Amino acid sequence: MEVVLEVESVSYCYDQSRILHEISFMVEAGELVCVLGPNGCGKTTLLKNILGLLTPSSGFVRIDGKDVQKLSPKKLAQVMGYIPQAHNPPFPFKVFDVVLMGRTAHLSSLALPNKKDEEIAYESLAKLNITHLKDKIYTKLSGGERQLVLIARALAQQPKILIMDEPTISLDFGKQNVVLEHVRLLSQKGISILMVTHDPGHALFCADKVVTLKKGRLLKIGLPQDVISEDSMRDMYDTEVRIAKLKLPDERTICVCVPVPRASEICMSA
Amino acid sequence: MHSSLKNLILILLPVTAFLFSFAIGRYAVSIPQLMSTLYGHYFGGVMETNLETVVFNIRLPRIFAAMLVGAALSTAGAAYQGMFKNPLVSPDILGASAGAGFGACLAIYLSQSGLIIQISAFLFGLAAVFLAYLINVKLDYDPILGLVLGGILISTLFSSGTGVLKYFADANDKLPAITFWLMGSLSSVDKRDLLMVLIPMSIGFTSLFLVRWRLNVLAFGEEEARSLGINTKRLRLIVIISSTLVTAASVSICGMVGWIGLVIPHLARAIVGPNYSILMPVTFIIGATYLLLIDDVARCLGSVEVPLGILTSLIGVPFFIFIFKKNVRGWK
Repeated sequence: MEVVLEVESVSYCYDQSRILHEISFMVEAGELVCVLGPNGCGKTTLLKNILGLLTPSSGFVRIDGKDVQKLSPKKLAQVMGYIPQAHNPPFPFKVFDVVLMGRTAHLSSLALPNKKDEEIAYESLAKLNITHLKDKIYTKLSGGERQLVLIARALAQQPKILIMDEPTISLDFGKQNVVLEHVRLLSQKGISILMVTHDPGHALFCADKVVTLKKGRLLKIGLPQDVISEDSMRDMYDTEVRIAKLKLPDERTICVCVPVPRASEICMSA
Repeated sequence: MHSSLKNLILILLPVTAFLFSFAIGRYAVSIPQLMSTLYGHYFGGVMETNLETVVFNIRLPRIFAAMLVGAALSTAGAAYQGMFKNPLVSPDILGASAGAGFGACLAIYLSQSGLIIQISAFLFGLAAVFLAYLINVKLDYDPILGLVLGGILISTLFSSGTGVLKYFADANDKLPAITFWLMGSLSSVDKRDLLMVLIPMSIGFTSLFLVRWRLNVLAFGEEEARSLGINTKRLRLIVIISSTLVTAASVSICGMVGWIGLVIPHLARAIVGPNYSILMPVTFIIGATYLLLIDDVARCLGSVEVPLGILTSLIGVPFFIFIFKKNVRGWK
């Protein structure tokens, strides 16, 4: 398998405190990797190191074998698409314009997007079945729709890998599943995806591989059902869980993770 | 409104205002008279010299200056609003106006000529923004907040400097001159002034127009813009330099004219939406027309000219409330 993203013993220090300790893992072509961990475990810092927004204190992040730190923002954006958490920009841009902004990295430096860029933006909307949102105002959409538009924008970049930062975090139960199912289908079409999440259920639902973090250290890498166990969840989140297998209507069997906190834990945390 | 009709209006608007402004004033010129003067000036023929002087040496420079300054402050305001991700920003946020104001006052205080006043205003405007940028670099803080902070500090510094100069200025001649200059006016603009600002203005306008698509992306914030392939540091520098060039050049020929850089981008956004590829040219056109019309009012309202800065604020405030009420969409 071709390696798309390689994180090699990345450490990151801020004000003398070490936030990441020698993290190493790989994302292969077409793979969906979830980074899972509790609040403050260094997920976001790791993500920013991967995106080239922060510089690792030691170690390397390579995309297609090239050091992320040595690529220009433009070159990097041509191979790596970033999907942030849905938010509001200060101006009421049209959805189509927002998606078209995904083409910026492919424009010659002072040009405007042309017909071909518009076609690619439209195809990106079509891939997520949201062409009906084309002329809507982005800031007026629901959180779930906005998240899908941001995914479409990243697709318009035509990257090799998508990096997602908790794409479901502020969405309601139903919308979370819509977004997650889109992510799963995209990965099945062959795009590599690295998704940061705090919910083991999401990792079990769609990941090919799970990386778990705690206090800036990598705990485990492996298949979701191997990595997410009752023991590892206790270790990471200090909470009791039960894990059970469930058969889905489409013949897939996935694991589900249900928290069952003990009375003593509730007293402790309260 | 249909978009081609909208385009037609946007093209006809400045042209009509341009011709109209020639005709009105204390020395009335009718449109046919104007046409024959223009024709005569360029293709020879017998001319009424008074008319030619009024049209070419007084009205034409003033009309061009009003349009240039209006366009400059509006496009700089629009660019900054995108860069700072904030619809409440105006072109003076980094201290360009405060610096230029101080530069002019200093030159007036030292009894310098009009040319020196203009140059001093322009250079102090550039220096103020450079200092604000330097503070941001030294602070090494969030780039946007750091710039705003630097701008506030430097603006305060130069405004206090202006205050000191006013305090020490001769109350009989220099103080009124300083006060009048600060209120803004186009009454003394001539051809030389126009030629002087032409270079900084063209550089500023051209680069702002070239990066206008990128301003859209910058409005999504530092990290997203970078992940979409923008060299944010370089783009911010281009926007700051261009906006400062046009703003400082504007202030150097007509003093402090407030509110345009804040109000016009909003008006333009209400008409064509927030996409900078269209917003930028429309802001340019509306800004140019708006200040031209306001300046017409300034020179025709009474026997003594009303300072431009006062008029733009007086008309700008109710106008702003009106747009705000009609178009909350443009804000959120």
